[in-house]
Amino acid sequence: MTAAGDGRALRAAAFAVLALGVIGPIAAGLAQTARAAFGLMPAIGAAQAGLGPWRTLFGLPGFATSVQLTLLTGLGATVLSLAIAFALTASLHARLAGTAAARALTPFLAIPHAALAIGLAFVLAPSGWIVRFVAPLLGLDRPPDLALVGDPWGIALILGLVIKEVPFLVLVTLSALTQFPVRQHLAAGQSLGYGRAAVWLKVLAPQLWPLIRLPLMVVLAYALSTVEMGLILGPSNPPVLAVLLTRLFFDANTALLLPASAGALLQAGLAVGAFALVWSAERALRRVGLWWLRRGGRGTAAEPPLRVLAAGGLVLFAIGALALVALFAWSLAWRWPWPAVLPESWSLKAWTGAGPGLGRAFLRTLVLALVTTSLALALAIAWLEGEDRGRRGRAGWAEALIFLPLLVPQIAFLYGLNVLFLRLGLSGGLGAVIWAQALFVFPYVMIALSDPWRALDPRLPRAAASLGAGPWRRLVAVKLPVLLAPILTAAAIGMAVSVAQYLPTLFMGAGRIATLTTEAVTLSSASDRRVTGVYATLQAGVPLASYAAAFLIPALVHRNRRALRGADA
Amino acid sequence: MSLVLENLQLTLAGRALFAPLTLTVEPGCVATVMGPSGVGKSTLLDAIAGHLAPAFSMTGRIALDGRDLALIPPEARRIGLVFQDAVLFPHLSVGDNLAFGLASSVKGRDARRGAVERALAQAGLAGLYGRDPASLSGGQRSRAALMRTLLAAPAALLLDEPFSKLDTGLRDEIRAFTFANVRERAVPALMVTHDPADAEAAAGQTIGLTSIGETP
Repeated sequence: MTAAGDGRALRAAAFAVLALGVIGPIAAGLAQTARAAFGLMPAIGAAQAGLGPWRTLFGLPGFATSVQLTLLTGLGATVLSLAIAFALTASLHARLAGTAAARALTPFLAIPHAALAIGLAFVLAPSGWIVRFVAPLLGLDRPPDLALVGDPWGIALILGLVIKEVPFLVLVTLSALTQFPVRQHLAAGQSLGYGRAAVWLKVLAPQLWPLIRLPLMVVLAYALSTVEMGLILGPSNPPVLAVLLTRLFFDANTALLLPASAGALLQAGLAVGAFALVWSAERALRRVGLWWLRRGGRGTAAEPPLRVLAAGGLVLFAIGALALVALFAWSLAWRWPWPAVLPESWSLKAWTGAGPGLGRAFLRTLVLALVTTSLALALAIAWLEGEDRGRRGRAGWAEALIFLPLLVPQIAFLYGLNVLFLRLGLSGGLGAVIWAQALFVFPYVMIALSDPWRALDPRLPRAAASLGAGPWRRLVAVKLPVLLAPILTAAAIGMAVSVAQYLPTLFMGAGRIATLTTEAVTLSSASDRRVTGVYATLQAGVPLASYAAAFLIPALVHRNRRALRGADA
Repeated sequence: MSLVLENLQLTLAGRALFAPLTLTVEPGCVATVMGPSGVGKSTLLDAIAGHLAPAFSMTGRIALDGRDLALIPPEARRIGLVFQDAVLFPHLSVGDNLAFGLASSVKGRDARRGAVERALAQAGLAGLYGRDPASLSGGQRSRAALMRTLLAAPAALLLDEPFSKLDTGLRDEIRAFTFANVRERAVPALMVTHDPADAEAAAGQTIGLTSIGETP
């Protein structure tokens, strides 16, 4: 078989897996949700099509507040994340090499949303670390009676989302910046009398935007529909829409499944509406921006706000780091009365006393992460190699297809899919959970691996071909070993994404597959911070260890290969 | 065993890069192709080696030892490539790079190791089997890359500006080493270069490629 034919076969296989494994199920899940939203769910005896579910949904107490809160936190967190990420990149770009930045941001990328949220709750709560620090100064003798976590405005939730998303956006922006000559543009702009901040806003931002639009949409979709962060940091009554819906889906009263499905469809509608909003904001800003540009102001006033935002970003990183330490500290604390800054006594009892449940959840989390990551990695490599052999780039629709699972709110199709799986007798098994997680692991692995794969020196496989090596030998003996570092980095990202999955594990596992994440989220509402700390620490530990391995293994294997060191991210 | 190009022409978006090229390179000879940058010298080598990008199309015929290469995949063409900068595999040691090239007809661990060691010695690289290719000097790297190519027992060689990155003193030495090996193994070689001194040292035919459609 010729390499081109081989490539076609590989591409067709990867595409078939994606179509049957991703698009089909998402569409089927959405359809199932839509049917239930309009009253059709034979499994619970609902056979009367109509608008009843919507009426029930709109009539739920606090429903309007839930929707408002969802929009406020989702849009607010996204806009703030983008602004801070841009300000940080603009302020630190000159001093920050790509790889150094990646290394510094790794812990924030690695830790699951739930673990960060739990750590933040430990830090921000009235009985948490920050209040403990300031208590002596303010003369407090008991935790203040303030809702600092779960506040009715969703400020804590926005804070949590921003801390988690800014590092992702900074990395995406830095990698986009490598595609054009930033230094020259800065020099050219500054020589015309524009301030640094003005050049960033007027010259670089418009060029950056198309490259970071899709990742920003992913952030937006997540921020609008997060369940675990909403549960831990958001207000509880009424909560954000996704949390409300999860409650309805798991309510003992199965009749509530119908309004829950209507809400899930509404959640998808909110995402579509938000995307439309971004699109129209882009068009409006283009006009306003051109008007602003043509006025020729040198923009000296732009500098201070940019600095404030960047400084705010650094403060948020510090809080995030504190949150991570707080998880670990609580898991080892024994007596820690308020307002002591450090525990009075330390103990391993929370770890040793956690019982066999901890070990089981840990093992299951690890197995799920390893299996889903291997599957995703194999598929990504097949896809990329197929592109190479067909000697063609990626079509726009293929790129959109890869991002699809990250753009559709999980809750909008996962429950519908679960119903479908139930009917097929597939629900509640490890297999269903593996598949559901892989749905979200694959896009990230693919995104992480695509750029380094394409950056591989094309003369290497050519040299191998001229020495008689066929396509498979070129792949196995040349490309994969040379790409070891980026492949392991992609794998670490895959592990982190898998470990972080809450809703897919909960829904597709029918609540019966307990992982570190589902346990940690459940425990977060319980009272014992030590046990929660243990689960959350371990939950954060798995991805952190994966990243460490992704860094150490290539360094060890290639310790004697200068050309391959420093090439790793 | 000769390399034959017959009325070879490459077109990009309907525009021919150069006038049809006809050329026969005899075994042990080095033919030189010269021409301004952008005329398509490297694309010509891509076409012969089988790596022509899909945007280009080719008319005419490429034959090696009487066999038409058009439908043969790159790895089966038995055409060795020598690049400007050696392009040694960065993840393999110097010796393993050569072992990668060594034809699989050489069987047995000891025989293969011996063949590689002999080739290393021949290239003045004795004792460097385990070295990181990144730690070699420019000249050592060039010799290692040539040896890797020759160990695959190619039926023809393509040299893509093979000496242009070397210092003047080193250039003469590597050039002599390369051409001596071409002669000794009696393979036809086609070299692309900017340097008239390369063409002179090759002492074979020299073809000047000019772009068509533009008058200089």
